[in-house]
Amino acid sequence: MITFEHVTKRYGDAVAVDDISLVIPSRETVMLVGPSGCGKTTTMKMINRLIEPTSGVIAIDGVDTRGRDVVELRRSIGYVIQQVGLFPHLTVAENVATVMRLEGWERARVRARVGELLELVGMPESEFGDRLPGELSGGQRQRVGVARALGVDPLMLLMDEPFGAIDPVTRERLQDELIALRRVVGKTIVFVTHDIDEAIKLGDRVALYTPDGRIAQYATPAELLGRPASPYVESFLGRGRLVRRLGLIRLGEVDLEPAGGARPEVTVEIGATLRDALDGVLRAAGGRVGVTDGERLAGVLDAEGIRRAASTPARGEGGG
Amino acid sequence: MINLPRPGLGRLLVTPLLVAAGLAALYLYVSLTPARLGDAFVVNQRFILSRLVQHLQIVGISFALAAAIAVPLGVLLAQTGPALRAPVFLVANLGQAVPSIGILALGLTFFGIGTRGPILALVVYAVLPILRNTIVGLDGVDPGVVEAARGIGMTRLQTLFRVQLPLASPVLFAGLRVALVLVVGTATLANFIGGGGLGDLIAAGSVDRPHPLWVGAGIVSALALMLDWGLGLIERAVTPRT
Amino acid sequence: MSALRYIADNWDTLGPEALTQVRIVLIVVVLAAAAGIPLGVVGVRRERFGELSLAVASAILTIPSFALFVVLRQALLAFGDPPVIAGLALYALLPMIRNTRAGIRGVDAAVLEAARGMGMRPRQVLLRVELPLALPVIVGGLRQATVMVVAIATVGAVVGSNNLGQTILEGINSGNRDVILGGVIPVAVIGVTADLVLAAAQRLLDRGRAVAVVAA
Repeated sequence: MITFEHVTKRYGDAVAVDDISLVIPSRETVMLVGPSGCGKTTTMKMINRLIEPTSGVIAIDGVDTRGRDVVELRRSIGYVIQQVGLFPHLTVAENVATVMRLEGWERARVRARVGELLELVGMPESEFGDRLPGELSGGQRQRVGVARALGVDPLMLLMDEPFGAIDPVTRERLQDELIALRRVVGKTIVFVTHDIDEAIKLGDRVALYTPDGRIAQYATPAELLGRPASPYVESFLGRGRLVRRLGLIRLGEVDLEPAGGARPEVTVEIGATLRDALDGVLRAAGGRVGVTDGERLAGVLDAEGIRRAASTPARGEGGG
Repeated sequence: MINLPRPGLGRLLVTPLLVAAGLAALYLYVSLTPARLGDAFVVNQRFILSRLVQHLQIVGISFALAAAIAVPLGVLLAQTGPALRAPVFLVANLGQAVPSIGILALGLTFFGIGTRGPILALVVYAVLPILRNTIVGLDGVDPGVVEAARGIGMTRLQTLFRVQLPLASPVLFAGLRVALVLVVGTATLANFIGGGGLGDLIAAGSVDRPHPLWVGAGIVSALALMLDWGLGLIERAVTPRT
Repeated sequence: MSALRYIADNWDTLGPEALTQVRIVLIVVVLAAAAGIPLGVVGVRRERFGELSLAVASAILTIPSFALFVVLRQALLAFGDPPVIAGLALYALLPMIRNTRAGIRGVDAAVLEAARGMGMRPRQVLLRVELPLALPVIVGGLRQATVMVVAIATVGAVVGSNNLGQTILEGINSGNRDVILGGVIPVAVIGVTADLVLAAAQRLLDRGRAVAVVAA
């Protein structure tokens, strides 16, 4: 768990980060999102102390980071940046091995771990291990960057717009890979992006920044889309926020109408999202879909039910 | 060829002050330490002035000739393809491997004793870095800028003088400064082929007769620093701020 | 060519002179690298010092070699090679300092951020990232310095260094062009050979590195 308590960063008279308090729970992915210069990257770099706060306290699992040796702190946190920053004179395998070597791991252990990591990011060592960064595509480089950051199995990963410079198609694939990777490795991830769609897709929680370095709203993606805290948040989310919210809410979290009468011709699984349900409603002649929980019909949903579910907080989302 | 870095504004003020201080120290040293027998023949105003003038003649004429030949030639060659350029770069690179005293010595065998030999030898020597840097500098100008200049209706000559040469001037001047320093330094060796110059003064000294040696070395170093400084001033004046 | 015949006939003298020339150059290059690379590194960290060292090194390079050698002979009270080596090492400082500086400055900022972000200490960043990446550019400086020093070393003959400059001086005294060329040609051959060897080294080192472009 990472906690920010009243953290402020000033450069002379300019305020980069203004009195931020934030709790990043363990094993969750928290997205810091906002326009350029809003302080999201500064916030992230204060965690591994590439930037020191002007005031306030940042603690990891209750321990103030200022009390820790900065090198030891950084080695315990994986770091991935947009430009990747692979060492151009070292091979892919050597790059991934860097932190392990700094930590003085034995040769055999390094070899095994490098192979494992490259396999994990889909770049088998047999094929890519001996290549130089210059011989890789942008997407491949970023995969290596992620593998390098995971080197000594840090509990946390800081990612600074890692997919920002990558073409849209590859970016989408890398995002999906990160979601899959997260299931395997279970890290606390702090991820900076200016792309609200990326934030909503990848985040367990999203911290949306104002242009002047404050946090306008800190919430789950569904809550953010359902209940934007201010007109600024709403405008930042852009159009179609409720449509996008549909894809985030599972039918299990929604109040269904009790099933009565004939079984609807179109049914959807209870694990599906409101979006899938709406698709069914549009297809069904009666304008209703049945929601099934295994064999059992759990309830039915029509257009009005979907509207209500989309515009009000779902169960467990907090009404506040 | 080693390009000298472009001096900052600070150095533009510091160089003359340091040179003046150095010359003052030299004057004090010569007045306060006893002169050896014979020193008076060379360490006197007339002798020093005559050698200084000779030195400046050799430097001035050979540098001016070299620049007058190399810059236009470089401009012409910059318009041509690599076929003509490759031999130029080859000769320029070979030229820097030839020792300066060797160039002077060869000048002696072709032109005999006197100042004509060193001047002509120095022209050949100094043409190479200027030529090379003129071509490199013009090649380095963004072709988009040149195209834009032509596009707004500048003639070829206008483009050359208003766009290409100003933009190439840092590299071009780097070549000129290398050539100048080369010429001043090599002219000091003209003494060995009877060409005169401040080298005469240095050579008149010895371990037992240090005055002429220090005076000669001091004046020629001050001259080199000040000439390079002066060229730096010109460079500053004609180079666009970027 | 009669100059080549002169070289062949007088190899007894020219050989040792050429060896002296090469030995002087090797010592000078080692000295200049040992002083210039650290000076360049410090100059990147402390900008004022960096600019000052560059200004001083380029002022030194402006001083005519005859004057510098003679003054050093007087100051060190030593004849022959020592004042020549000292003077040439001073000349070679500029390319070493400047290229070290340019090489380190040319290292991609993202690479440095990644290095610091993963917890490298400043010394590790320098030794494992900055210097290895700057190496081709530093070797480029070594190459410039070497070629320059080979030629200027010849002037050292006037303060008593027994290098190929002696043959050139002898040629001047006798007015014999073949003798002069007998000195000039081996010097040029040594210079060009050193240039080619170091250029090859530079290319070898270049694998994958970001090459900062330095005006040669």
